[in-house]
Amino acid sequence: MSLTLGHMLTVGAVLFALSVTGIFLNRKNLIVLLMAIELMLLAVNLNFVAFSYFLGDLQGQVFVFFILTVAAAESAIGLAILVLLFRNTSSIHVEELDSLKG
Amino acid sequence: MNSTLNATQLLMVPLAPLLGAALTGILGTALGGNRIGRGLSHSFTILGVFVSLVISALTLYSVAVEGARFNETIYTWMVVDGFKMEVGFLIDGLTAMMMCVVTFVSLMVHIYTIGYMHDDEGYNRFFAYISLFTFSMLMLVMSNNMLQLFFGWEAVGLVSYLLIGFWFNKPSAVFANMKAFLVNRVGDFGFIMGIGLLAAYTGTLNYTEAFAQAPELAGMTFPGTSWLLVTVICIGLFIGAMGKSAQFPLHVWLPDSMEGPTPISALIHAATMVTAGIFMVARMSPFFELSETALNVVLVIGAITALFMGFLGVIQNDIKRVVAYSTLSQLGYMTVALGASAYSVAVFHLMTHAFFKALLFLAAGSVIMGLHHNQDIRWMGGVRKYMPITWITSLMGSLALIGTPLFSGFYSKDSIIEAVAESHLPGAGFAHFAVLAGVFVTAFYAFRMYFLVFHGSQRFEQNPDAHRHGDTANHHSAHPPHESPWVVTLPLVLLAIPSVLVGYFTIEPMLFGNLLTDAITVNAHQHHAMHELAQAFHGPMAMASHALGAAPFWLALSGVVLAYVLYMVKTKWPASIQRMLQPLHTLLDHKYYLDAFNEHVLARGARGIGTGLWRWGDQALIDGAVVNGSWHWVSRISGLVRQGQTGYLYHYALAMIMGVFLLMTWFVWLQP
Repeated sequence: MSLTLGHMLTVGAVLFALSVTGIFLNRKNLIVLLMAIELMLLAVNLNFVAFSYFLGDLQGQVFVFFILTVAAAESAIGLAILVLLFRNTSSIHVEELDSLKG
Repeated sequence: MNSTLNATQLLMVPLAPLLGAALTGILGTALGGNRIGRGLSHSFTILGVFVSLVISALTLYSVAVEGARFNETIYTWMVVDGFKMEVGFLIDGLTAMMMCVVTFVSLMVHIYTIGYMHDDEGYNRFFAYISLFTFSMLMLVMSNNMLQLFFGWEAVGLVSYLLIGFWFNKPSAVFANMKAFLVNRVGDFGFIMGIGLLAAYTGTLNYTEAFAQAPELAGMTFPGTSWLLVTVICIGLFIGAMGKSAQFPLHVWLPDSMEGPTPISALIHAATMVTAGIFMVARMSPFFELSETALNVVLVIGAITALFMGFLGVIQNDIKRVVAYSTLSQLGYMTVALGASAYSVAVFHLMTHAFFKALLFLAAGSVIMGLHHNQDIRWMGGVRKYMPITWITSLMGSLALIGTPLFSGFYSKDSIIEAVAESHLPGAGFAHFAVLAGVFVTAFYAFRMYFLVFHGSQRFEQNPDAHRHGDTANHHSAHPPHESPWVVTLPLVLLAIPSVLVGYFTIEPMLFGNLLTDAITVNAHQHHAMHELAQAFHGPMAMASHALGAAPFWLALSGVVLAYVLYMVKTKWPASIQRMLQPLHTLLDHKYYLDAFNEHVLARGARGIGTGLWRWGDQALIDGAVVNGSWHWVSRISGLVRQGQTGYLYHYALAMIMGVFLLMTWFVWLQP
């Protein structure tokens, strides 16, 4: 049995579903939330790579590099906000962070 | 038109009392700091009215003897698109006569007030009001256009309101003045409708210009109906007259107006203001002559008032109320004369009535003073000995009222009865019966009061109410009655003279001469009552001797005899008759339940509608649904939506993902 596009996309979809579930089910740690978002981006990257490989077009893989770069910057900013948040509220507990509540 | 009448001289007639009223009203009251005392107050106002009277008398002389007329605009208030609003005077026989009556009665009442209001705190205020009234009434009668007529009309209504409520600490007086004002509003609504229709169709407010268009108006109908336009106008105007002249069913305010001091009952609610309606209809005769229907309404309303208000006078025990119901009944007579197209007879009765009714009221006031403010005729009696001048003048007033031949009331009242007999309107039969029966009723209640007050046993010591009037009154009631001071008796004597004589001397110029011919229009082809009267008239003396054989005289005489028998000879009978006719007495005692009807149905109904509109319209709809409702619903909806704003990041993230998912779904599968 050879590896087909279907397999790759399935893995991507599973990863994406896992990350969505991670966002939704996580009630404790904000860092887990950030990690789930990273995972979501990776699932998308996997799709890009898979399409790039099977379509023989390198543009998809170029795009993956850009996304990885942006994701790294984004995580850096996210973690910086997280540190500031922890300084101010002494907590990164997701359940307690509801100051956006209307 | 004539050199003897000029605008300056005429302007002084209304302005002199106004000046007196302003001086007294501002400087003599707390408004201007009480700068002038009682003596100056009554001097100013009496002087003003006296000047007015002298000029009015001169005016009447030049109008009646030299045939002078005056009809000019004095001042243009404003012009709107060619529609002029002006102040002007129209002086003809009708106006000149009214001016003299108003100023003469007013002067008498001014003098009388010095005595009557002697102990009252509002002395200066009272003088200011009655002078203001004189000004307003003169503006009303001298007007040459309907705007000024309406101004005077409302101004006399205002002063009437102020004076009925003169003792504003008395709840009953406040109730009465409110009632008078409200009932007059009903009448004024009709009046302003009439004026508005006239102005709309003739394009002018000036009498002469409007009358000139009467023939064109005659053919028009009210838009959307088959009614004659002129009928609608006349009935509107007459509703105004009904309010001001207290005709059934808008008469209810007049008896209650007796809460005011007696001098104003004489001046406003007997002699002058209440006759404004009669005057106005006479003035508008060119229009009323065009509408048989309107005349018939006038006739029937007048007849109802003349007879049924007379009945009420029979059972009243308050001396002023007896005279008040008598006024209502006499106003009914005048209205009947208007309806029979005998306008000059109505105006003639207006004049004689002004004198003898003012006299009766002032005499009643004098009796009230003499008996230490007791008004109940059951506790009077035998006053003749103590108050001779009041007695003799009252007797003359009463004789004039019941129409004793040679007295002034006789000429006017008999002319009315004959005019009605000549009328051929559908309601004339009923009206003729009503005025004839009214003669008997008038004689009975007038002499019932006269005998109870001036003759018979002295009952004033037994008055059970005397103890209610506090210490001073108690102290006084031990004393016998006393004659009033000369300031009170002088007006009585001066009013008694015209009450006796004026009819004899003026019937010829007023009814059959040319004094009123250019002021009053009668369609002689259809309404020939005046013509018939003139045919039958052979001088005042002949009229008096002829009357001895006619029904009205014997009816009046039998009324007097009945009053004499019941209240002088068989004094036990009235009580037993009252017991026998208990339901009738109850009906009369409740004034045909009209007051109850007004209070319980009209007033309560209006209040009910008001409450309903307030509760459902204002509170529920506007306040509840619109004003409060808008924020209420916004708050409810946003409260619901706010539940979605949990503040948790994962909810927002999920919402974003779901959004992307839905968007993708739509793009991929559902997009057409």
